[in-house]
Amino acid sequence: MNEYLVDVNNERLSFFTPAGEVKALNDVTFHMKTGEVLGIVGESGSGKSVTAYSLLGIVPHPGRMLGGTLMFNGQRLDTMSEKQMESVRGNQISIIFQDPMTSLNPVFTIGSQIVEAIRLHTGKQKRTAWARAVEMLNLVGISEPEKRMRQFPHKLSGGMRQRVMIAMALVCEPKLLIADEPTTALDVTIQAQILELMQSLRKSLGMAIILITHDLGVVASMCEKIAVMYAGRIVEYGTTDEVFYCPRHEYTRGLLNSKPLLDDDAKQNLTPIPGAPIDMLNPPAGCSFAPRCGSCMKICVRETPPASEFSDTHYSLCWLNQKAVFETAGKDEAR
Amino acid sequence: MTNLAAANLIEARELRQYFTVGGFLNKKRVKAVDGVNLSVAAGETFGLVGESGCGKTTLGRTILRLYEPTGGSISYNGKDITKAPMLPYRRKMQIVFQDPYASLDPRMTVGEIVGEAIDIHKLASGKKDRTDRIIFILEKVGLNSEHANRYPHEFSGGQRQRIGIARALAVDPEFVVCDEPVSALDVSIQAQVVNMFEQLQRENGLTYLFISHDLSIVKHISNRIGVMYLGKIVETGESGEITLHGAHPYTRSLISAIPIADPHKARKRERIILEGDVPSPLNPPSGCRFHPRCPYAAARCAEEEPSLNETGKGHFVACHYPECS
Repeated sequence: MNEYLVDVNNERLSFFTPAGEVKALNDVTFHMKTGEVLGIVGESGSGKSVTAYSLLGIVPHPGRMLGGTLMFNGQRLDTMSEKQMESVRGNQISIIFQDPMTSLNPVFTIGSQIVEAIRLHTGKQKRTAWARAVEMLNLVGISEPEKRMRQFPHKLSGGMRQRVMIAMALVCEPKLLIADEPTTALDVTIQAQILELMQSLRKSLGMAIILITHDLGVVASMCEKIAVMYAGRIVEYGTTDEVFYCPRHEYTRGLLNSKPLLDDDAKQNLTPIPGAPIDMLNPPAGCSFAPRCGSCMKICVRETPPASEFSDTHYSLCWLNQKAVFETAGKDEAR
Repeated sequence: MTNLAAANLIEARELRQYFTVGGFLNKKRVKAVDGVNLSVAAGETFGLVGESGCGKTTLGRTILRLYEPTGGSISYNGKDITKAPMLPYRRKMQIVFQDPYASLDPRMTVGEIVGEAIDIHKLASGKKDRTDRIIFILEKVGLNSEHANRYPHEFSGGQRQRIGIARALAVDPEFVVCDEPVSALDVSIQAQVVNMFEQLQRENGLTYLFISHDLSIVKHISNRIGVMYLGKIVETGESGEITLHGAHPYTRSLISAIPIADPHKARKRERIILEGDVPSPLNPPSGCRFHPRCPYAAARCAEEEPSLNETGKGHFVACHYPECS
């Protein structure tokens, strides 16, 4: 049954904060094949990072998984013990965090941090691990890797640190790399370098990548599949072309219209999405995007929309897509 | 937009801003802004783009004399303000800061934040007038009167940025420096704030210096754009001209590095990937500051610093070989 590398089914996860339960993930379902690149897009608080963290078992404290299954490479991740998880984390699944300034330990050299990761998972001798680390730094395009190995993180620029993070994530040749906003903290010219690097490493190492970002431009060039998240749900999922050229959710459309295009000659007016991101402590009933949606109907504020499928790969959660169904089934349902 | 020929509201000549860093044994100077000429006509939006550390924020703040300039001159509406007392000008020149979380005092209500400027410049004739003015401004930026008694932490990022804008507009300024005003906001909120800036400009006849690292937003909002690299403006011109026919290799690579939210175009596009990082402004390269990263650099580039030369109408480029790229 398991042809998928990653198979997440109906994952539900909540944070039990003193102020109340925050439903961070609601019935999140997605699959990935080996070597595939999935982009998860959404704004802050939409649950895109939590989705990835749960695959690594590193959801921070008041968070608890309430249901669903997480399968990776034929193993169940959600029922794994911490001990078993340790052999997966950093070995078969690796992660690159957003902020390269804080994700390296400032009191250890670059070399010792990479060597630690290698030895933890492979039990290699120090010398061979060191050689492997140098080789990895070379691979990610760091000049004079021998010298860099002996330096502390503060000596390196943001782009260089992110390269080190990538090297560290890839030392054990993971099957899945999770990149959590890997370029958000970097300048555009450095961002282009890092994306180019990830693209070429993916080709040479053949790993699958989950790329989490809020920038639609980044996913357009990198990803094969895109999941758009809003308020803890995947509201639209499809191939890159399907999502960009025939978006079937009002939020996706809004995102695509709210960004100015650089090569557009005409001075177009931006169409913003009205309102503010929802308060996750008190989510609205029905579709969580309804309060900001321009085409909101009565049913939208009452009931959560079901998934409508448009192709094998493309679905979205929006009542508008069910309109045709209502019309054939009689008007009384739509009321 | 209509009165481009009008006199320049802001004029900076050979503006320099150096910061001293380090102790007395290893004192060094960071040339954050190093000889910038810039003019902004009344009613226009001048966009300033560049990567972090290129001096764009420093330039904006130096023009407002939030930093005392090390050299050069600034004039406002034809009057030299390089050494003049600033209080009368503070009413006309305002700033919106980047981080809406850090730029609002958490212990002041929104009404107090907006009202403070009104008090300093004694704009209100009485208590009633003051309240009316505050409410008027808040409504102008899309908030309402009941927000005046709340504290900043009760607002979302986009709303806080509106408060920051209301504070800048409370004194009815003519010129506003917008220092990365949308960078900290979610994409869906950015467009709201950008639209509001444009609407306020139409209603109040504002002049903006719009600073951002996001070239697509700068292009959208600006009439003219200046591209900065390591403390210098390397190219300036009409915004469409810069984004479509940028001549400086740095401008071109900056444009090609911007991710396009269109998969077909993104796959086809040729990208110029720059090597290396932005050099430290402590120790800028000789000659053309861009030469160590420039794919077309020649021997001359390392020795001689190019000056801004006009290559087309209103289009200036600081490059020895602009035809190369």
